Amino acid sequence: MQDLNLCATEKRGLHKLEAGKNLIGWDEVVQGSVLTSFEGDASSVAHLKQEERDYSHFNSYTATVASWRVKKPVFNIDVCIDCQNCWVWCPDSSIISRDKQMLGIDYDHCKGCEVCVEVCPTNPKSLLMFSEQEDLENALSQWPEKKKKEKK
Amino acid sequence: MAEKFDLQEREVWDGNYAASQAMRQAKVDVMAAYPITPSTPIVENYGAYVANGYIDGEFVMVESEHAAMSACVGASAAGGRVATATSSQGFALMVEVLYQASGMRLPIVLNVVNRALASPLNVRGDHADMYLGLDAGWIQFGAFNAQEAYDLALCAFKIGENHDVRLPVMVHQDGFITSHTAQNVYPLTDKVAYSFVGDIDPVDDMLDFSRPVTYGAQTEEDWHFEHKAKQHKAIIDSVPVIEEVFSEFEKISGRKYKRVESYMMEDAEVAIVALGTTVETSRVAAMKMREQGIKAGVVAPRVFRPFPFNLIREALENVKSVAVLDRSSPGGAMGALFNEISAALYTTPKRPLVTNYIYGLGGRDFAVQDAIDIYHDQKANADVGHITTDIQQFSGLRGPKLGFFQTKRS
Ligand code: SF4
Ligand code: SF4
Repeated sequence: MQDLNLCATEKRGLHKLEAGKNLIGWDEVVQGSVLTSFEGDASSVAHLKQEERDYSHFNSYTATVASWRVKKPVFNIDVCIDCQNCWVWCPDSSIISRDKQMLGIDYDHCKGCEVCVEVCPTNPKSLLMFSEQEDLENALSQWPEKKKKEKK
Repeated sequence: MAEKFDLQEREVWDGNYAASQAMRQAKVDVMAAYPITPSTPIVENYGAYVANGYIDGEFVMVESEHAAMSACVGASAAGGRVATATSSQGFALMVEVLYQASGMRLPIVLNVVNRALASPLNVRGDHADMYLGLDAGWIQFGAFNAQEAYDLALCAFKIGENHDVRLPVMVHQDGFITSHTAQNVYPLTDKVAYSFVGDIDPVDDMLDFSRPVTYGAQTEEDWHFEHKAKQHKAIIDSVPVIEEVFSEFEKISGRKYKRVESYMMEDAEVAIVALGTTVETSRVAAMKMREQGIKAGVVAPRVFRPFPFNLIREALENVKSVAVLDRSSPGGAMGALFNEISAALYTTPKRPLVTNYIYGLGGRDFAVQDAIDIYHDQKANADVGHITTDIQQFSGLRGPKLGFFQTKRS
């Protein structure tokens, strides 16, 4: 079973901002609505994976947009052929891929647009949209059968 | 590079030419260019300076004013010294991006050559475009003539780029009256002007790859309020820097600028508050009133963002009757300048009588006699101790008198 929470939650600094604790004041925000992406020097950051990077607490990586979503894509690793289509097309970089292996969805940044489902080529699709409240195990147990090609 | 630009001690320049010379002397790196009357010559002249090798800048031709300000935002975020010019409908099209520029704290300089907003279509000057941008979070200066358009444009770079300020700055001048009327202008030499403005030292520039930043990020209800509060405070707090730069400018030029320009106000009984070229017209009228024994004066906010609340109070608190002149159709309200001046005066102990005059829309001439008529109204108010006319009146309008908001007369 895929680990849907594998992202570097630790590094996101969310725990610090949890429940409004330790929120900074207006006088501390960086002027110019400028968000610094990383802590310290970032010259070689391009070579690192997301979870290895030292993101600043103000990076959008640390902010969640999950509340915008009404439906969520569910990923089924058993059908996936690791073609990377969804990873390429996701407009929010919310598909997690490591070494060309699909691992799941970053639900903190996925806005539920369904583009990944649309581009998935397998039969049945390896990504399907479910209600936001749907339990993941439950969603996976409802996966459709392979569709027969209709004879013409 | 071409030969150095030949400047006389005294030049005959119009306001547009004066502004473009300031752009050349400040060595603007990127100028976004989209033409609109009457500001077109500013970008056009800068283009000619680049083409003729007088300056090493980028002249970016864009497809609209919205794109022009967007190009400025990009170039300024990248770390360049950036400027452009606009008027009227073009200014209106820029408005959306003006808020981006100020929110991102980018020190862009925008020369606004004020002109009426359609419809009806009109290329002549009034302050409709200026009023449209009053809440955009930019520092705003008013130039009353060509010399000031030049001087204030140079100061604008130094103030906006100051690390304690980091805000975009508009320099306003009146369409045609200033922009197309040639006058004597005393320029600084290139060397003096550039050493005054200095090299740009950008903060968080996007070309610094060791410290990547996101500009204008989405923050929703989490941080929007905090950013706006900080931005507002930055504008208010720019006052000491503005004053410091003005006094530094006085040292190199001999020309003194104040956040509020007062004329014959020491003992004034009646006053006119105005912006742009109307200030000079009113000064002439005030002089004539003095010849008739009426103590008249003129107050003009030179810097109207940040609004000089306290200085306005000080300048006007001992006057009996004040006329605030708005050169923009108020669209169902009192004029914006009237509201701001009234707000400042409301908290003074003596509370002068304040009336509002809408005048000069679409380039309608505002003559010395019009100002004299207004002074006579004020004198009548001062003598009886209450407002004797409608509180808002239209000055110079054809047909029967138009006025609104009467008070009960005692
Ligand atoms: S639904 Fe949209 S945002 Fe979410 S993972 Fe799929 S493509 Fe990305
Ligand atoms: S598009 Fe479908 S099959 Fe291809 S990697 Fe994504 S989930 Fe797997």
